Amino acid sequence: MEKLILRRVDRRNEEMILNFGPQHPSTHGVINFIVETDGEVLRRAIPDVGYLHRSIEKIGEMVGYPGFMPYTDRVDYLAAMFANEGYAIAVERLLKLQVPKRAQYLRAIACELNRIASHLVSIGSMAMDIGAVTPFPYALREREYINDLIEALCGARLTYNYLRIGGVAYDLPQGWRDRCLTFLDHFDSLLQEWDRLISFNEIYERRLGGVAVISREQAIDYGLVGPNLRASGVDWDLRRDAPYGAYADFKFDVPVGKGWAGVVGDCYDRYYVRVLEMFASAKIVRQALEKLPEGEIQVKVPKKPKPEAGETMGRVESARGELAYYVVSDGTDRAHRVRARTGSFLAMGIIEDISPGLMVADLVALIASLDVVAPEIDR
Amino acid sequence: MPVNYAPLPKRTPRWLVGLTWAIAVGLPVSLLVVLLVLLPITKPAMIDGFILHQLGHDPAVWPWRDLLAAAALVLIGAVVFGWGAVFGGVSTWLERKIAGRMQSRIGPNRAGAGGYLVWMADALKMLLKEDLVPAEADDLLFRAAPYFGLVGFLLTFVTLPFGEGIIVADLGVGAFFVTAITALVVVGILVAGWSSNSKWALFGGFRSAAQVISYEIPAGISLMVPVLMAGTLSMQGIIRAQGGAPWNWFVFRNPAAFVAFFIFFTSQLAEANRTPFDLPEAESELVAGYHSEYSGFRFGLFFLVEYGSLWVMSALAITLFFGGWQIPGFHADQWVAVRGTSPFPPPAWWGMQAASMAVFAAKTYTLVLVVLWIRWTLPRIRIDQMMNLCWKYLVPGAFACFLFTLLWQLLVSAVPRVELASGIALSLVALVLVALFLKQTRDNIYSVAGDRIDLSNW
Amino acid sequence: MTINEIHEKLKAELGEAVGPLSDPKADPFCVVKADRIVDACRFLRATPGLELDFCEDLTAVDWPKRNVIEVVYHLYSYRHRHGIVLKVETDRTSPSVPSVEGVWKAANWMEREVYDLFGVAFPGHPDLRRVLLPDDWEGHPLRKDYQEGEGYHGVPNVRENPLVELRRLDQIRIAEQAKANPPAPAPAAPAAPAAPTAKA
Repeated sequence: MEKLILRRVDRRNEEMILNFGPQHPSTHGVINFIVETDGEVLRRAIPDVGYLHRSIEKIGEMVGYPGFMPYTDRVDYLAAMFANEGYAIAVERLLKLQVPKRAQYLRAIACELNRIASHLVSIGSMAMDIGAVTPFPYALREREYINDLIEALCGARLTYNYLRIGGVAYDLPQGWRDRCLTFLDHFDSLLQEWDRLISFNEIYERRLGGVAVISREQAIDYGLVGPNLRASGVDWDLRRDAPYGAYADFKFDVPVGKGWAGVVGDCYDRYYVRVLEMFASAKIVRQALEKLPEGEIQVKVPKKPKPEAGETMGRVESARGELAYYVVSDGTDRAHRVRARTGSFLAMGIIEDISPGLMVADLVALIASLDVVAPEIDR
Repeated sequence: MPVNYAPLPKRTPRWLVGLTWAIAVGLPVSLLVVLLVLLPITKPAMIDGFILHQLGHDPAVWPWRDLLAAAALVLIGAVVFGWGAVFGGVSTWLERKIAGRMQSRIGPNRAGAGGYLVWMADALKMLLKEDLVPAEADDLLFRAAPYFGLVGFLLTFVTLPFGEGIIVADLGVGAFFVTAITALVVVGILVAGWSSNSKWALFGGFRSAAQVISYEIPAGISLMVPVLMAGTLSMQGIIRAQGGAPWNWFVFRNPAAFVAFFIFFTSQLAEANRTPFDLPEAESELVAGYHSEYSGFRFGLFFLVEYGSLWVMSALAITLFFGGWQIPGFHADQWVAVRGTSPFPPPAWWGMQAASMAVFAAKTYTLVLVVLWIRWTLPRIRIDQMMNLCWKYLVPGAFACFLFTLLWQLLVSAVPRVELASGIALSLVALVLVALFLKQTRDNIYSVAGDRIDLSNW
Repeated sequence: MTINEIHEKLKAELGEAVGPLSDPKADPFCVVKADRIVDACRFLRATPGLELDFCEDLTAVDWPKRNVIEVVYHLYSYRHRHGIVLKVETDRTSPSVPSVEGVWKAANWMEREVYDLFGVAFPGHPDLRRVLLPDDWEGHPLRKDYQEGEGYHGVPNVRENPLVELRRLDQIRIAEQAKANPPAPAPAAPAAPAAPTAKA
């Protein structure tokens, strides 16, 4: 069967049509690109996704509201806390629940630690895709401490299932707070080391600076969110501009792309915005640990919650951008529709239009800088 | 929270440690010793002397003389191949260990005591793998491709001067021969990429061919700078024109040679497909580039050529710029004095040869470490940036160094002191740079925590 | 601007095609007629003061009881920090909604996903083909009446519970062992029946 995608490709003799993926060390997950190249320069790169489609949205219609929480982890396994939180916020709004303050702070702490972990993977693998293998183990080394902390908190290192509808599942263990502060003290010196190692490396800046520039208008038009949007110059962060949970109580900076190595909105901006965001998140965790109130960690929720018929949108600022859950309820104990609108899905849409004129090495840089993960695209 | 640690592993048994040392250190050293012994005594003059005095025949008419000479050459070839292969193997272990330490992890530590035998385990594994030839691949070319690379790599050992009298053949055109013969590796890469019948392999093949061919030019021109300074293309001649002390090395004796060394070294990195120029085998883009479809022994050959080239590339740089086997404090006429006039060289001569070989090996090994270090620090350059670098910066730079050297040699023949002055000045500059570098490294290490974290409350 | 005000403006522009704002107890939305949706979106995007330039979500909900598929548009504006939710109801048997890809490029992939999973056609879309499922997949899975096929290109979509299979293999093994080592014939007849019952 000829793939329909190939009908869009121009088949003249001098051009090569290649499959970039689906098994490939540098597409982030199982994604395929049909790449039409003229030597080293691309004519077009058409994304071909769906290798990881697990019909999570269909499952959401079958398992009931609390039962769907572990599935939300798998929507984005690198930033699973956010995925949990978006769904929890949507369902809580449908059930008209008020989450206790302590639970909101715990959610914020867990989410910001998860943001740091996700960004570490992102920038580490980006450096590795550009060819510098050494920063990747450095990033993973730091992430191991976060994994240990979260494992102590909820028992899992990757797909946490920590949040529940109405709060969180577990409280902080003994001594967790001191351990977290130890880690944060150690982490603060990483920025200097990281910048000296790779961010300000001349070759790295040349590889990423000015490559695949996405302008402000394009970013908004194509629906990019999160660090991708901020790197193109749009100063929008859901935590600050439409605060949810405990974020109204925290003071933090939101880094916006400045064209550090070339043009605003190039790959380097998308990379460096993530580096700076990690350190802003560390500050949030410190503030949250200091101000952590006492209280309940979960509100009482019936075993099979039956919200009124209605619909709502639960948005969080995930590591990959705005993750929105659109939950439609028809009055029964099973959702009528659960939809996870992820940032990576829309980022795939822009790749095809940005790719003409890039080189194959730049395509790798573009995919890495957009920080796409396959489970978010395919769900 | 309490942590249950796994029971500590038992100490490595003594015999394994001993065996590992014997192989890991003993094998390369013994090969070098064999080379040390074999190469001087298999020179044609020595073979003739042996036939005349020991066997009692007249070498000019003895029918088996050529056979004996040929047998000696085959033996030398085998030992040199052995050295190339063993060093290639050991450098894979070295690279992985150094990479591990630079990335705050341990590196291989299982095969043999402390992982020192992991290269033998890898070699054995490669030999035992399934021999795959893709169905659509061009059969003959696919099988032949690694051998081009291998031949191109091994033949460079012919003119590598391991010591004062320890060279397989001191060709009058040694430097030129090396440049010419390494071009054979390009053929191997192109044939491998083409015959694999895979678009990604083809990509890697033509990227690599473009890269190697382009960088041969600055390599060749900057190689002319020491040739001009020495007045000969022969490798031993170039070394003999230098001295043992740093201010007598070519790299410091001429400011243009200082620049030419960096151009030469960069070009050699590119020719050997090492990061930052490892685009043809960029794992994150092309999986493995031109050798994606190769497995087992054929892949082992490509691998061997890549890692063995570390030695060749460093040895060339040492020979041309850093004085080769010249022992500091030892003058040229002392070599003649030590040799004496007896047909078989005296033990003192052998001792000095061993010392010169040790100097050569130490300098080459240091440069190999620098190459490995660069690989794990720097990211990869994109292909158009790499071409830019070559044609817009290195080629004009190399030409400029060449022209400068022409004029410099005229100046030196008129005023010989200039060379010594330049030598001392530039060595001092180099010393200062190294000191600054070490200081910066120390500051870097102490200003950040690195993998130091106080886990007492963990 | 609140959602009421946006709704008023939209109604002023398009009149009959825009329905009333829904019951505010959940997130409010308003229904727009399918043939005017592109005009509505263009108006919302281009009007100064509205400038809803972020198409946050474009998805569909299947209501078999009402026999409609609703295509839902969540729109937002970064500059003015306001948003609105539009819905277009389309017939379940042959759903078709004009494409708003010309208004926001973000709609491109999201409309492809709605086509893929619900079967809604978007005339005007430049490249409407399946995005998550293979090109030759039959059916639209997120519909409520979706029936799975027999498998895909020979790969079955059911398999036996592995524990059932293991138990079957175990029983075969026990039977074969019994045949290979027959119970020793008992000297007296009454003892013989006792042996098999002890074994079973």
